[in-house]
Amino acid sequence: MVQKFDKPILTPSQTAGPYVHIGLAPEACGIEDVPFETLGREIAGPEAKGDRIKITCRVVDGGDLPLRDCLVETWQADAAGIYPGQEGADPAVSGFGRMPADFTTGEIIFETIKPGAIALSGDRKTPPHISFWIFARGINHGLHTRMYFPEDDLSGDPLLARIEHRDRIATMVAEATGPGEYRFDIRLQGAGETVFFDI
Amino acid sequence: MTGRLIPREAGIHPPLFTPTYKTSVLRSPERALISFDSSPSEETGPTFGHMKLGALDNDLLLNYARPGTSAIGERIIVHGRLLDENNRPIPNALIEIWQANAGGRYRHKKDGYLAALDPDFGGCGRTITGEDGSYAFRTVKPGAYPWPNGPNEWRPAHIHFSIFGHSFGQRLISQMYFEGDPLIARCPIAQTIPDKAALDRLVAALDMGETKPMDAIAYRFDIVLRGHRQTHFENRPEGL
Repeated sequence: MVQKFDKPILTPSQTAGPYVHIGLAPEACGIEDVPFETLGREIAGPEAKGDRIKITCRVVDGGDLPLRDCLVETWQADAAGIYPGQEGADPAVSGFGRMPADFTTGEIIFETIKPGAIALSGDRKTPPHISFWIFARGINHGLHTRMYFPEDDLSGDPLLARIEHRDRIATMVAEATGPGEYRFDIRLQGAGETVFFDI
Repeated sequence: MTGRLIPREAGIHPPLFTPTYKTSVLRSPERALISFDSSPSEETGPTFGHMKLGALDNDLLLNYARPGTSAIGERIIVHGRLLDENNRPIPNALIEIWQANAGGRYRHKKDGYLAALDPDFGGCGRTITGEDGSYAFRTVKPGAYPWPNGPNEWRPAHIHFSIFGHSFGQRLISQMYFEGDPLIARCPIAQTIPDKAALDRLVAALDMGETKPMDAIAYRFDIVLRGHRQTHFENRPEGL
């Protein structure tokens, strides 16, 4: 026998299901007189420093069909690479986005500012990126990935250095579609499957 | 409160590919998830402790009801504590819930179940945990309802929970079930969790101590998020 650890054990995850909008995006599912405002609509306010960007996303299943019932949350740093809550962060940046897919097209649009590179210990930096968390009916545990930018040098990122199949890194890089506009498709399964993390 | 997150213990969360829950078949990655130590991107996260909540945000009996009325159904209180794996309370954290009404019908334009909508029940609520991690909601017990998976599949009564800790890496969405429900053992979604003891932790216990006589039955549901590692001998060798 040994001493017993007396620690609580993680609560397991369950799917968010098809009616996730009721709780997290009520106006999207036809609830009138929403009792309170929706969160995650303003990632960077009008006073935020940095370059304004627009990201159009889709989450695509293994049958090449865009998910039209998913929600996506994002978390990002300000233009200087400082996360909200950290010392010196831009007060106009909430850093948090939450958007439902369009019920017809599956498109999800985020309007924000481009984050800066994130300082790690020593002199190292992670290139600018936005964390994505995807949840929906049929997804048993929220899927975590990152979106990087096509104009940046990604060679110094210690996380990307971990990925053995180098061709998969491209699945996390958005496509530039115009000035300040990007397209980012997340593929859940099959050819071009996006890299997902357990971090 | 910050620092490296404790890696997720294997075998607690459901696998992503669970063919008996059919929708997961085309929505689950085939490639292995890439594991790595947490970095500032996961160790920080949105906080909501400053948010001004409405007085009825955690009271689903009243927050969609017409004046002078309340939602139809078995009146319940759901309460508990939000903790981390180090047994520390998580204060000032946002918990959001949504659920079907007492008949098993969701107020959602995609739900066509023949059970009636309750004009006095919306089905969503939210709250911020107290200094000791405590939270409480008042609502109605949701009904079981059928869903198109197998030919005759019924979801056990459940309340959906969305939980933020203080870092994005702690983010969790789950469902709370009710003690004694025979549908839990038959539900393909509940049964995606391979470990019986883990599934038991999603089943709220009847709590007669917090039950309000002549008013509402209480259920207790504690929630545990990932903890942060203590920093003994921390040297961050890979420069993260």
